[in-house]
Amino acid sequence: MGDARVAIEVGQLTKQYATSRGGVLALENIGFTVQEGEFVSIVGPSGCGKSTLLKILAGLLETTSGTATLRGTAIRGPRKDIGVVFQAPVLFPWRTVLDNVMLPVEVQGLPREAHLKSALALLELVGLKDFESRYPWERSGGMQQRVAIVRGLVHDPALLLMDEPFGALDAMTRENMNLELQRIWMERRKTVLFITHSIPEAVFLADCVYVMTPRPGRIQHSERVALPRPRPLDVMTTPAFGEHVHRIRACFNSKGEVDA
Amino acid sequence: MNSPRNIGYGVVLFIAVTGLWEVTVRGLGIPIYILPPPSQIATAMVRGTMSGVYAKHLLSTVGGTLLGFVLGCVLAFALGTGVALSRRFDYFLYPYIVMFQSMPKVALAPLIIVWFGLGVTSKVVSAALVAFFPLMVNTIVGLRSADEDRVNLMRSLAATESQIFWKLRLPSALPFIMAGLEVAMILALIGTIVAEFVGAEAGLGMLIQSMNFNMDVAGQFSVLIVLAVVGLLLNRIVTLVRRRVLFWDFSEKSTAGPALEKPVAGLVATKGEAA
Repeated sequence: MGDARVAIEVGQLTKQYATSRGGVLALENIGFTVQEGEFVSIVGPSGCGKSTLLKILAGLLETTSGTATLRGTAIRGPRKDIGVVFQAPVLFPWRTVLDNVMLPVEVQGLPREAHLKSALALLELVGLKDFESRYPWERSGGMQQRVAIVRGLVHDPALLLMDEPFGALDAMTRENMNLELQRIWMERRKTVLFITHSIPEAVFLADCVYVMTPRPGRIQHSERVALPRPRPLDVMTTPAFGEHVHRIRACFNSKGEVDA
Repeated sequence: MNSPRNIGYGVVLFIAVTGLWEVTVRGLGIPIYILPPPSQIATAMVRGTMSGVYAKHLLSTVGGTLLGFVLGCVLAFALGTGVALSRRFDYFLYPYIVMFQSMPKVALAPLIIVWFGLGVTSKVVSAALVAFFPLMVNTIVGLRSADEDRVNLMRSLAATESQIFWKLRLPSALPFIMAGLEVAMILALIGTIVAEFVGAEAGLGMLIQSMNFNMDVAGQFSVLIVLAVVGLLLNRIVTLVRRRVLFWDFSEKSTAGPALEKPVAGLVATKGEAA
């Protein structure tokens, strides 16, 4: 990206969990930066601490040491300029699609009228126009996750955190959602931190992929992906794409971990 | 299920059973003060209804039941919320509440009559006491049942604790609360009848007592039928409200985990399953 403003800066971040048998080091010395408007994937096997990292950035967990800042201010708790999309859609079944999407606006006391417009525009962007007064359980899993993405974007956050958002979907839906997410991102140019355990998914979506290895969770490698956008699904069969995937996979193999 | 054919079978079955009852009782010469034939019960029912006697007592019983239900439920909800949300409340108060619950509250009825007299107050207090506990337990379980991911979502939005309560915990608790209300309604009726047995100026329970003294067994049977119908109707009302309020819960059944249905300390705490 030409724009060189830094959105997220993580420095020497360490997280230790206390257990009955002493501390467990979940994250060690994590450091990276994300530029404004950049799409960054973090890829790693289960238990490498990537979800812990996301929870810290979302302000749901405290760090043991080190810092994480967003637009220059430290993340010390939940804040209103972050949107989060979890692995499950986490919708409220007693609310309609629109009311689910408007939840952040309500909770944060933002002006309703202005955000209603952007909520409807976003719903249209993800193909959920005309479904806003239906209930989420009337829609498929992929549709529900779209609602969750719209909810993550409705209050126009500085950062969208996504924690394996498509992990629970079937392979075909997942590919569609990847295309969809790319389209949304190209339209809105949000700073996105996307966590996944699928290497191809990480490469397909990101400007930059950070590779995490477990015990303790560390960033082993960073991979710049300069493939032109919009990337069609076919890009996955090109040699350039294959090289990225290969280099990332090598990080796990060298550690004796095979995943994805 | 409700096909004309099945309704027809139902009517035939009913006629067959009552007919058999009538014939057996008359044939074997069973005295009317032991087991009255259906015809006598029907006569008693018509007599009691036409004279307006049943209506008067019915009003008293239903009034006591509803007031007791409301009182018990308001208290149960308030205390349940306190226990669910405050550690301190839970620690200091809950043991007493459980101790109180393990006592058969029906045994308190004579005391209640001494304290509150023969009027409607005693019924209300008795009904409230009996109805109180299941709703309180269900409120506690319900408020604690909010899905962890949803709590995290609310937290990530920088929601306050009170926003989390109103927008998430309370709606999540509603299936439990409604199930508690269903049980509480029936228990309130039982509490009222018990109070009326021990002493009251009016009420179907008191009517049964006085009929018993007069060996009017057919009359008692007819009042029992009235009580069964009342119980059924009260239950229907709660069920209807529940379906209205929980339109989303019935659709979510398949995704709600079995963990949500875990009873606490062997007490009532079930959601779902309508009567």
